[in-house]
Amino acid sequence: MTTLVLLVGCENSLSTVDPAGPAANVIATLWWIMLAGATLIFVFVMVLLALTFRRPGVADADNPVGEDGAARGREKVWLVGLGLCFPLVVLAALLAYGLVIGERLLPRDDPAVVTVHAEGRQWEWRFSYADAPDLVTENVLHIPAATPVDVRITTVDVIHSFWVPRLAGKLDALPGHENVLRIEAWKPGRYAGVSAEYNGPGFLGHRFVVIAHDAEGWSAFLTDGAP
Amino acid sequence: MSPLRRHRQLTRIWQSDPGWKGWFTTVNHNDLGRMFMGTAIVFFLIGGILAMLIRAQLATPRSAFMGPEVYAQVFTMHGTIMMFLFAIPLIEGAAIYFLPKMLGARDLAFPRLTAFGYWCYVFGGSMLLFAMFAGIAPDSGWFLYPPLSSTLGSPGINSDFWLIGITFVEISAISAAVEITVTILRYRAPGMSLDKMPIFAWYLLVVALMILTGFPPLILGSVLLELERAFGWPFFQVAQGGDSLLWQHLFWLFGHPEVYIIFLPAAGVISTVLPVMARTTLLGYAWVIAAAVALGVLSFGIWVHHMFATGIPHMALAFFSAASTLVAVPTGIQIFAWLGTLWKGRPQLKLPMLWIIGFFATFVIGGLTGVMVAVVPFDWQAHDTHFVVAHMHYVLVGGFVFPFLAGLYYWMPLLTGRKRFFRLGETAFWLVFVGFHVTFLAMHWVGLLGQRRRTFTYEGGHGWEVINLISSIGGFITAIGFGLVIIDIAVNTVFAARIRRDPWRAGTLEWAMANPSPAYNFASLPRVSARDPLYDDPALPHRIARGEGYLGDAYKGQRETLVVDIATGEPLQVVVFPPNTPLPIILAFVTGGIFLGLLTKLYWMVPLSLIGVAALMALWAWGLGSRGDDVMRDVGHGLNLPRAATVPQPPGWWGSAFLLLADATFFASLIFGYAFLWTVAPNWPPPAYLEPGIIGPLVGLAGVVVAPFGIRLAERHLRRGGTMWPGVALALAGAAAMATAAIMAVRAAADPELHAYDAIIWVIAGYVLVHVALAAGMSIYATVRRYAGYVAPDRFGEVRIARLWTDYASVVALIGLAALQLPGAVT
Ligand code: HEM
Ligand SMILES: [Cu+2]
Repeated sequence: MTTLVLLVGCENSLSTVDPAGPAANVIATLWWIMLAGATLIFVFVMVLLALTFRRPGVADADNPVGEDGAARGREKVWLVGLGLCFPLVVLAALLAYGLVIGERLLPRDDPAVVTVHAEGRQWEWRFSYADAPDLVTENVLHIPAATPVDVRITTVDVIHSFWVPRLAGKLDALPGHENVLRIEAWKPGRYAGVSAEYNGPGFLGHRFVVIAHDAEGWSAFLTDGAP
Repeated sequence: MSPLRRHRQLTRIWQSDPGWKGWFTTVNHNDLGRMFMGTAIVFFLIGGILAMLIRAQLATPRSAFMGPEVYAQVFTMHGTIMMFLFAIPLIEGAAIYFLPKMLGARDLAFPRLTAFGYWCYVFGGSMLLFAMFAGIAPDSGWFLYPPLSSTLGSPGINSDFWLIGITFVEISAISAAVEITVTILRYRAPGMSLDKMPIFAWYLLVVALMILTGFPPLILGSVLLELERAFGWPFFQVAQGGDSLLWQHLFWLFGHPEVYIIFLPAAGVISTVLPVMARTTLLGYAWVIAAAVALGVLSFGIWVHHMFATGIPHMALAFFSAASTLVAVPTGIQIFAWLGTLWKGRPQLKLPMLWIIGFFATFVIGGLTGVMVAVVPFDWQAHDTHFVVAHMHYVLVGGFVFPFLAGLYYWMPLLTGRKRFFRLGETAFWLVFVGFHVTFLAMHWVGLLGQRRRTFTYEGGHGWEVINLISSIGGFITAIGFGLVIIDIAVNTVFAARIRRDPWRAGTLEWAMANPSPAYNFASLPRVSARDPLYDDPALPHRIARGEGYLGDAYKGQRETLVVDIATGEPLQVVVFPPNTPLPIILAFVTGGIFLGLLTKLYWMVPLSLIGVAALMALWAWGLGSRGDDVMRDVGHGLNLPRAATVPQPPGWWGSAFLLLADATFFASLIFGYAFLWTVAPNWPPPAYLEPGIIGPLVGLAGVVVAPFGIRLAERHLRRGGTMWPGVALALAGAAAMATAAIMAVRAAADPELHAYDAIIWVIAGYVLVHVALAAGMSIYATVRRYAGYVAPDRFGEVRIARLWTDYASVVALIGLAALQLPGAVT
């Protein structure tokens, strides 16, 4: 009931390019850089393609323009230079960047870290809290703001996927396995979350909300369980 | 003989039966290639209609057109039809139709197998269509992840239709791949060494080998999941030692190579058509081949990029991310080879070229977004959103549909014999091209704004409405464009004027024949000495028609073609193909009984159909071979060649060898699955491991040694003119010993419903049993053929085939039985 109310308004944004936490932010930056690079490469290839038409076509009856002495030089330019080296350099750079970022997003040891559990089922989420063992919330996950939070993700039935696009990427809930996702919200607020892996007819409605509290709100939540 | 008389005689020999009967009895690749492609296009239309339903549903928020259950069936069937019933069969059809023509052969290596594959495709595809029209279609997405697709999430029959129907269809992929491989390696024009082979054949060789090694993991996965659904064998149920991740590994071990199995033939079309459109030859032939091979190999090492969000360890992620970005290198080499080809030539903007430009503009975007999702952190956001939907359509439509349309227009003269007269094609191109980008370009963005794939509707207020509406409008424009393509082709086929030979002035052999292609392809088989034989010798077509090549004499009304040496292309043998026959469709029908029995749970049908299949196969093979009359054949130019059926390694041996490659991949996947569960699945070890004991392993080991020895002994005696019986008896005893060991293992195992370990024992032992039975059957068959006069001291090819299968059975028995005992032995 409360979720429905909460989902109205701009708090229901699922935009990955409107980050509200460090992980989503790093990935959004990655996206913009990759978009710029991809656009450049695309334009480059299209310009080359257009330039190949710079000479008028020849009549049908003509014999094919055969191999000539320049063939070797051409192979060097087109195949070694453009085909082999160009992608290798670009990809190596991108890969290194991607690996560094991936490293940063890992759930590393950190004394400040808060641990919560997310248990998926068709079609709701149950959240529980390491700091308040008796507390269980349904479809609403409470976290402290500006604090790294490890979400331990499990499922009781089929595969689900835990995704709060404005905070971090998604991670699956797999039967028999527990996956840990590090999330963090810069500021207190409400962030929409969804299940991202198709899980049956109730998939569309399999949503939840993350509420990030300031310090007082968080300790109030832990002690009396009220949001 | 005059060219016209030769044409008439050869046509009489090679054409299909007259009337409606011809459709069901033809084994000619000209007919079957067209039938394959035509059926695939029908499935494309059905899949397209489903796409339109999807776009109609998503055009506006909170649409009441479809509910979630129906929508799930629609997107699952759209994906399934497009991947399994459109793309792969279209490739098979194109290969079947074009390869013999390009290679300079009169048909594929195993004509009846072509027909059998076609009918399996039709029957399997019909099962899925039936499910769709009955409203009980599969509904857990085209990759069918358990537990959702298993009894827990889908108790109905829906998933069974997918598992059983698609496996049935895969028979056609495997059989097509076997014969494409054998055809490319051995059925070429004399003198066509590997380095003179048309580039399209090189691509298809890579693709066929990829099908043989890529499809078996999926077939295994389907078998295991169906066993779980039907009998409760818990391979994917975590509580009893299974793991749903195993399915994902098996599926994507197939699924990623599949993407390149679809792309590489299209790249082959471009490498063939683009140089002709630019009046030049392909730049860097050897580079392009190396790139295709590299893509094929690399694509088997990157399946995990579909599972980046499943919590795979970080090191593995880094490895698979690196490998996935690396595939962009061979792709880049091809792109730049094509651009360099255009650069050195004089490109002309004819209709096929227009589609190739459409390919460049679209596929490059798809490739770039592909590199993006190969970067793990980005994939964690983009995965399972409409960003991925957009990406894959850029690759599939841009990288497969557009090139094949280029090819369709390029080869239309060959297929229909007509000129293009009504110029609807250009309009159609612009509608499809513009419509496509309108549909899918902005869809990337809506994905980044958080729209999940497979959601049947959405709420307003996310900024998704406008994009979805535009997307739907674009979808309908695209659909109109595709409709126009079909009308264009139909109208031109019926009304346009006949076209002269080789209208594009291309250099490859398929243009050496009249349009449309005659049933026999080549009036005589030419000797070629260049990569583009028609550039090398413009008079070649006339010389072929005048019968100046090989086998130009329509001898005894037999369907003949040459078998050549793999590397040099020197002719070695003459093969005689079987005539038209209803056997393939009957065999496919009876095979369908197995699948139907499993589907409807009328299990008595299964053994009954199996007996029918065995009988029909015996009949099938009976017609092959030679009784020793007419062994040598004068093929012309003073060359006297033996019949292929009489040599030590007849075509059937080659077919068996490549079928066994697929079979071995299946077995390796099974062992992989076993090792995966053992090491990764949470609820291991099982309550008890198998106790090895002494007798079982000893008996099994004895069989493993004796069976191959026995069949060799039989061959030796046979070649000395003696009796085969002692050797065959030994081989059968060996088979019996291996079977005994397998049965003992099963009897010592617990109930297969208890734990995935026990279920795996049953499957491995069952696999061994099946192969031991096959090997024994073949030994007996070869012996019977000895009495019928087909097997003789100088014609022992069939014994060699039996030997191949016996050796294989022994190897899998050794590995399989050892693997079963291993955990019990080490603990
Ligand atoms: C222009 C024609 C097409 C349109 C408008 C179209 C549209 C779509 C849309 C909107 C989806 C996403 C459905 C969802 O997630 O809710 C989809 C899924 C898919 N499409 Fe297409 N499609 C077209 C052609 C193709 C072709 C030619 C192929 C393959 C050769 C293809 C393969 C797929 C696959 C594999 C899926 C995934 C299905 C799943 O999620 O299980 N589509 N299509
Ligand atoms: Cu992939």
